[in-house]
Amino acid sequence: MTVHLDKARLRQTRITGGILIGFGVLMAAFLAPDASGVATFRLSRPTDVWPVPNLVVPGGPFIYVISALLAFLGVRQFLRGASKWSSLTLAIGLAIAVAAFLVWATAGKSFSLTGMLQATLVRAVPIALGGLAGVLSERVAVVNIGIEGMLLAGAFTGALVGSLAGGIAGLAAAVAVGGMFGFILAALVVTYRMDQIIAGVFINLFVLGLTSYISSQVFQEYRALNNAPVFRAIEIPYLSDLPVVGPVFFSQNIFVYGAFILAGLATYYLFHTRLGLRARAVGEHPRAADTLGINVYRTRYINVTMAGMVAGFGGAWFTLGSVGRFDEGMTGGRGFIGLAAMIFGRWHPVGALLAALVFGFADSLQQKLALLGTPIPSEFLAMAPYIATMVVVAGVLGRARAPAADGKPYVKE
Amino acid sequence: MRVELKNITKRFGPVVANKGVDLTIEPGEVLGLLGENGAGKSTLMNVLCGLYAPTEGEIFIDGKSVTFDGPGDAIRAGIGMVHQHFMLVPVFSVAENVVLGVEPTGRLDHLDLATARAEVRQLSEDYGLAVDPDATIETLPVGVQQRVEIIKVLFRSADVLILDEPTAVLTPQEVDEFFQIVRSLCDAGKAIVFITHKLNEILEVSDRISVIRRGEIVGSGDPKELTRPELAEMMVGHPVDFNVARAPYAPREVILDISDLTVLRDDGAVAVDNLSLKVRSGEVVGIAGVQGNGQSALIEALAGLRRVASGSVHFDGMDITNASPRARHRMGIAHIPEDRQRAGLIGNFTVAENMVLDTYYGPPFAKGASIDWGRVHDDAARVAEEYDVRTPSVDAAAAHLSGGNQQKLIVARELSRDTRFVIAGQPTRGLDVGSIAFIHAQLMAARDEGDGLLIVSSELDEIMSVSDRILVMFKGRIVAEYAPHIAPVDKGEIGLAMAGAGP
Ligand SMILES: Nc1ncnc2c1ncn2[C@@H]1O[C@H](COP(=O)(O)OP(=O)(O)O)[C@@H](O)[C@H]1O
Ligand SMILES: [Mg+2]
Repeated sequence: MTVHLDKARLRQTRITGGILIGFGVLMAAFLAPDASGVATFRLSRPTDVWPVPNLVVPGGPFIYVISALLAFLGVRQFLRGASKWSSLTLAIGLAIAVAAFLVWATAGKSFSLTGMLQATLVRAVPIALGGLAGVLSERVAVVNIGIEGMLLAGAFTGALVGSLAGGIAGLAAAVAVGGMFGFILAALVVTYRMDQIIAGVFINLFVLGLTSYISSQVFQEYRALNNAPVFRAIEIPYLSDLPVVGPVFFSQNIFVYGAFILAGLATYYLFHTRLGLRARAVGEHPRAADTLGINVYRTRYINVTMAGMVAGFGGAWFTLGSVGRFDEGMTGGRGFIGLAAMIFGRWHPVGALLAALVFGFADSLQQKLALLGTPIPSEFLAMAPYIATMVVVAGVLGRARAPAADGKPYVKE
Repeated sequence: MRVELKNITKRFGPVVANKGVDLTIEPGEVLGLLGENGAGKSTLMNVLCGLYAPTEGEIFIDGKSVTFDGPGDAIRAGIGMVHQHFMLVPVFSVAENVVLGVEPTGRLDHLDLATARAEVRQLSEDYGLAVDPDATIETLPVGVQQRVEIIKVLFRSADVLILDEPTAVLTPQEVDEFFQIVRSLCDAGKAIVFITHKLNEILEVSDRISVIRRGEIVGSGDPKELTRPELAEMMVGHPVDFNVARAPYAPREVILDISDLTVLRDDGAVAVDNLSLKVRSGEVVGIAGVQGNGQSALIEALAGLRRVASGSVHFDGMDITNASPRARHRMGIAHIPEDRQRAGLIGNFTVAENMVLDTYYGPPFAKGASIDWGRVHDDAARVAEEYDVRTPSVDAAAAHLSGGNQQKLIVARELSRDTRFVIAGQPTRGLDVGSIAFIHAQLMAARDEGDGLLIVSSELDEIMSVSDRILVMFKGRIVAEYAPHIAPVDKGEIGLAMAGAGP
């Protein structure tokens, strides 16, 4: 038995090795000769408290070094045979490949690396919060396709109430409306045992239709209803002065901080508290939970409502956290990407957050590359990190499992 | 603590699962609750443990009437149940499972797992249960999982432990260990309700026996004064003949010839390892063995459901190693699969549809591309009658039948046509005494008509009562052979061979 398992793992190791060597060869052959001049990455602005010098990388040589490194990692896969580190090696390999790519694109020019990382966090926020909402509801076995709609509802409410009564009120209203849609989803699937996918799609369509109608009919007429204040960045004293780390992590608005804090809180809740243990039991084996006197239905209601509140908060980012204005369908599928982040993050809040950061990086990378003007169409570039994530995660995903009762209604008696 | 059930009735819509049941549970005593599958044992105990509300009747604890709004209430009253299907969260640790619902906590609702682990360790020492609090449930053998269930109930300081068919999942050795645990719990003053449909077990471990049939208590007594036939008669409602009638052993030509057969499992591991055996017409070859020693793969290979890695299978001189299931079927090979719900039936299809699953495509049931449903219906009704398949009508969904009747339906489909060979996997697993006797009689009838039979079962008693020759399978090979028609065989000796310690 072990013989055959080893064989499968050996094959995986070889594929990994092959991919790495392939990348190395392609880079040495195509990118390196093309990267003339030095790439300049700006790390700080002249106004910073502690300015750090720019990162200057000679294009061609750097890419050759990376190619050699990739080839080395790839060859090592073949020599070392089956190794449990092969997914990690692949992840490292892909990360340095992305770095080489960035150097190639920047060769002869300069751009702000810190700015890109800052944008990474900002763009990760709705995905991370959507993913977190997914974790909270799927941990109690309710598949939440409706996150997209809940984000959109949060964005809309944030803009409307924010315009009328200020940012704080807008944010509170967005959370409340998100929670309301969470509650509605719970009612549909728990009490009325509606198919979970259909219920989620229903919420998405309903919210999209309603908000689009109001924004095109009402907001067009009364512009003042769609002109909310935007939450500014909060500089954390001292920490925000640190080079690179400061602007990236400690000079952001409450949505970025909120995503990190909520991921931490959710981790504590799910894995270190009594209620979290019960919630997970309900997601894994609801009948067992029931026989132990745990109220399965109530647990699902509470968690799915909380998920809705988190999604409502994430939705408010679109309006109160960035442009202050609502546009039709402005969430653009972030809720679904959030669900992907949840899966890649293995139904763990921190995992979802990290996966969201990868997606956020992809998003901001695409933006920067578009500015730098590479010959490759930017939409095409934007696909690469997603594909990389999928490859890496697929390599380790064997051990990730959805909660056992995920998607199944629970029927008493 | 003394628990009394008075006049309990439980209905599920039109189904009456329990009818006017009176039952008393005394501390320090093992009450054996005996009944066939579907008799209403689990339902009655689910009422007692608060999972179901009784339709009528009352529960008294120490003379005081109580009502349970849910399992939580029953647990608080000191009644705990180990369910027939374990109620454990597979990805949680032992300690997490044990404390679930009554967790020790610190500030901020913080789960105090250290305390939980210590208490689990203490309980498993106190009652000799040997369970590691940090192990993940899904990595534990079922015998240990069952002990976790018991610890779970003890952790809630239950005085009454209900054990629903606890031995169904255990090996003979584990059953012995389990009975010791039951005795030690009893000595500690707990009241035990032990539920089973197995006569030997109930006689071995109970202090008092109550028999339930069709939802009613039909008799009670002292195990020292009751005999197996008496209990069996109470349980099924009519006398049961335990002896399998059969004609004298008269084997003819070799009909199935397996040589050097190797079959792999799905994960590529070797399941059947270079195995050879022959079966003659008119004989029953029984394959004994602990589950998981390649029996399933062997049956699937013979039925044409699993690819053969190497070796050959000949049937009546023809090479059928790679023949399709339908080709085998047409040669007169019948197959009673191990897992009736997964491989034997389509639950949502009616009894009649299931009855023609193998023959619908040709005459007399099909005319060209259309099926003659009238004919199917009439035929099914006749065969169901003949094979004692109890169903409200042949148009009822197969999933609604009891396990025994589902299995009789499969046996009816497979044996009601002209057969020359029967492959049967676990033909009576989980069935009641009446159905077991009936199915054994049908298999013997096939033998007496000259069919060859290959029967695989992990119930040694079954193998010993039906086989003309007994083979023991261990790690994919035949490790021992016995011929009961020549010399009587010793059960202990076969048991050793099953554990791989044979001659
Ligand atoms: N939840 C339910 N809904 C409808 N019928 C049920 C339900 N549970 C049990 N029954 C029926 O009640 C009868 C008794 O079942 P059960 O108590 O499980 O029997 P046992 O445990 O003795 O095998 C059976 O006929 C079964 O089909
Ligand atoms: Mg039962």
